[in-house]
Amino acid sequence: MSTSPEALQGSDLQRPGLFASLPGDLAMWFFILAELTVFGICIVAFAVTQALRLELFQASRALLDTSTGLALTLSLLTSGLFAALAVEQVRAARSRQAAGWLLAALGSACVYVWLKLQEYAHLLQAGLDMEHNTFFTLYWILTAFHFLHVLLGMLILAFMAWRCWRLAYAPQQCSGLVSGVLYWHMVDLVWVVLFPLVYVLN
Amino acid sequence: MTVMNPHLKFQSQAVAKPYFVFAMMLFVGQVLFGLIMGLQYVIGDFLFPLIPFNVARMVHTNLLIVWLLFGFMGAAYYLIPEEADRELHSPKLALILFWVFAGAGVLTILGYLLVPYAGLAKMTGNELLPTMGREFLEQPTITKIGIVVVALGFLYNIGMTLLKGRKTTVSVVMMTGLIGLAVFFLFSFYNPENLARDKYYWWWVVHLWVEGVWELIMGSMLAFVLIKVTGVDREVVEKWLYVIIAMALITGIIGTGHHYFFIGAPPVWLWLGSIFSALEPLPFFAMVLFAFNMVNRRRREHPNKVASLWAMGTTVTAFLGAGVWGFMHTLAPVNYYTHGSQLTAAHGHLAFYGAYAMIVMTMISYAMPRLRGLGEAPGPKAQRVEVWGFWLMTISMVLITLFLTAAGVVQVWLQRIPADGAAMSFMNTADQLALFFWLRLVAGVFFLVGLICYLMSFRQRREGGVVASA
Repeated sequence: MSTSPEALQGSDLQRPGLFASLPGDLAMWFFILAELTVFGICIVAFAVTQALRLELFQASRALLDTSTGLALTLSLLTSGLFAALAVEQVRAARSRQAAGWLLAALGSACVYVWLKLQEYAHLLQAGLDMEHNTFFTLYWILTAFHFLHVLLGMLILAFMAWRCWRLAYAPQQCSGLVSGVLYWHMVDLVWVVLFPLVYVLN
Repeated sequence: MTVMNPHLKFQSQAVAKPYFVFAMMLFVGQVLFGLIMGLQYVIGDFLFPLIPFNVARMVHTNLLIVWLLFGFMGAAYYLIPEEADRELHSPKLALILFWVFAGAGVLTILGYLLVPYAGLAKMTGNELLPTMGREFLEQPTITKIGIVVVALGFLYNIGMTLLKGRKTTVSVVMMTGLIGLAVFFLFSFYNPENLARDKYYWWWVVHLWVEGVWELIMGSMLAFVLIKVTGVDREVVEKWLYVIIAMALITGIIGTGHHYFFIGAPPVWLWLGSIFSALEPLPFFAMVLFAFNMVNRRRREHPNKVASLWAMGTTVTAFLGAGVWGFMHTLAPVNYYTHGSQLTAAHGHLAFYGAYAMIVMTMISYAMPRLRGLGEAPGPKAQRVEVWGFWLMTISMVLITLFLTAAGVVQVWLQRIPADGAAMSFMNTADQLALFFWLRLVAGVFFLVGLICYLMSFRQRREGGVVASA
């Protein structure tokens, strides 16, 4: 096995010119595109079914609480902002502060998780489970799949906060951190589409 | 193993050889039974009552599974010591298990052929723990227990090797896949009376093997061979491997839902199965990008050119067979018309050949010259014969797939789409498809010729081998 210095840089140096300006790791971008494709298919399925069964969707949507949806959106967006600020701190060689921002991002994500669990519990109590009707089947599939992504993203945030605290990233060598934050932004982005689609648009 | 083999990093890797040889013998058997069945499609009483169609089919599919298992085990015995950077924990155990597994396999196949199936069930005490009679899991309960014992010994052996040695991403992914393979096989012992529940868990073996944990095994074998033949940094290869297995698991596990559409499971599976299995081509597409990228960025010209050809070929064929041909009939509204038709057979053939038969042949192609003490690669003449084998088998399998696809489309048109009463019966439809079945049979004969070429390429003697430069 070759262990020349440039070999240790991994894929970044060997990246084809077209992708040279992408921050983070190319593999993460590929993964994000794959994830967005999954959500894209879910979203198209939801939108098409809504067009076919408009009345059912309108009636069912009225059972959801839009203000909860808004609060969920704000908590995720805030968390995304904090994560982005953490990257800025690492680029300015202030890793310990970055750890703090990542913990703040984690806290904001916890608000999301708490609100979402409350909402789920409320819906289950009202008997609006996955088998209730087509709207709720799709509601549960979309939001639960997204919820799992939030949980995974929180694990990544916690791991990166720990790495920041241990000063594992340097301003020029933070590809792992940038990739993790990219993933978190993807989770944000998906929710920003899901919120109007599921809670608002009639 | 009295003579040292200078072309093996660790002498205990040599235990892979009998596994590979026996796998290839079973593969020949599988193809022969495939040809018998292919003829029975058009000449219904061919070899009846000696080998009825249902027996030929059982032997054809069971041989496939068993030879792939031999291939995976051989690959693990070759790959794990090299990755762990130490000798295999117990080469003796590996050889004993080889004979146990080979013996059990041969006895089971003979049982299928010589005893009527119901008699075999009685003979092997199936009523004590009934597990027989389900497609692909036809093995007598006692054989299933034997498989579990062999798998436990095998996992213990490579697990100890891994624990004591270096842990690489490739070997850990391989180990995870193999443990998963063993764990999901346990569901073959669960045989509820309720048919819907039976099918529900039956798919945990069948689907979670081929569209779940086997993809991990395939990914790690591919990564191993690519590291060897391209000399690309391990770090790059590992990153790809992570992406591939993450996508394989995300799409594959929930993708099980495409089997739950019409078996009595809750309707939510119509959505889950359609959405997630629509994504199942992605990990295979990633494998194509991965293999071609690595070969393009290669840092050395490995003399075993044909091993690279297999590595690239397996990704493309798997993407087509498992990915594209799978997606073709995986959406619930489409599957309503197509399930259990010749389209399923078309998909099954190209997927199994592309993903699993070819990855095992990739590994054999890479490892065999070293295992036989020839050097890094077989001589140019042997490689030419092997290239012929590659193209003959691959093109034939693509043709088999296309003919079966055509047959499937006509079948759906005649038998599934018309209203009740207007639809053609199963046997009358089969008569209409005879031309496609004849063409499929011809392609099958060419496939056998290709397999013979592949095996002939191993006849080469010591003098032609290309010895390692470093």
